[in-house]
Amino acid sequence: MSTILKSAAIAGAFATALAAHATSASADEMAQEKCFGVSLAGENDCAAGPGTTCAGTSKVDYQGNAWALVDAGKCAMIELPAMADGTARMGSLEPLERDLPMDS
Amino acid sequence: MSSGASPVAQATFREALLRPDAAVPEGLGDGHGGPAGRRFAVYRNNVAVGLTDAVLEGFPTLRALLGEEALRAIAAPFLRAHPPSSPLMFRYGAALPAFLDDFAPLAHLEYLPDVARLDLALRAAYHAADATPLDPARLSELPPEALAGARLTLAPALRLLRSPWPLYQIWQLAHHDGPPPQARAEDLLIARPAFDPQVYLLPPGGAVFLQALARGAPTAEAADAASAETPAPDLPAILGLLLQGGALTDMELPR
Repeated sequence: MSTILKSAAIAGAFATALAAHATSASADEMAQEKCFGVSLAGENDCAAGPGTTCAGTSKVDYQGNAWALVDAGKCAMIELPAMADGTARMGSLEPLERDLPMDS
Repeated sequence: MSSGASPVAQATFREALLRPDAAVPEGLGDGHGGPAGRRFAVYRNNVAVGLTDAVLEGFPTLRALLGEEALRAIAAPFLRAHPPSSPLMFRYGAALPAFLDDFAPLAHLEYLPDVARLDLALRAAYHAADATPLDPARLSELPPEALAGARLTLAPALRLLRSPWPLYQIWQLAHHDGPPPQARAEDLLIARPAFDPQVYLLPPGGAVFLQALARGAPTAEAADAASAETPAPDLPAILGLLLQGGALTDMELPR
């Protein structure tokens, strides 16, 4: 693709994305206001992770195997062939933190 | 040794702490001149309970998929193999994906390690630094031909997860009772547009596009990388997700 065609394609992609974003943004803001600070149950209520709340400790460490229970969960609904799409891509967590050299 | 010092070596104490059936370390006292006895068992129990709770709280998607009982059963050997290396409990569990990779009783659920990675990524995104999103007006005000050379800065909360499994569908099922996942590879973007991290399904080519941006490539080069992986990547959709997720924080133009 020529440079000119490519910059036109990229400009077009930005224009489409920006237009769609502008129309959805105001709706988002309203929704945000409505449920400010309230998380969906079971989804984000643990977002901060362990150690961030003060829970009681008067519990028992139940030792024992519960493997029979494993397939009773929602995993029983998930049946996937090994390596779903045949690619050898391994799961990888890649932080996208920007750590770029300053090129000025 | 002075009377104030503990006669029990830390290594001995730690070892007994992580083995439920180990005897109370020799020489451990109750503070009143007697042996520690059951006091040690109470302490040992609280350590295990605390770390089990940390796993249950830190991996909400695993918990939703497996159920609490099963996750407790994973936590028991995990906390003993990987006790915390830091007092910051909100980071606990980083070793769980690798632990699940080699965990024979659940070997048939091959996608579980990626589910654990997703929970960790969401937690990391939650605790990442704040960043003000780029005002979209700055992009729309640019002359169209300048956009190809622009370098976009990504927010610190962004995480990219590439899975050979339908990880987005699995996540949906875990938290929203979606349909059974269809087999395919999925790339996930985790962003934090407001206060809580959100999970987005990236269109094909989106992951490569993001990786290129993260390297500091201008948008045209990132688009090339995406096209090399997949024919006709949906750039408007990819850019739309980045705007929606507050994923862009700045841009730089070539001089």
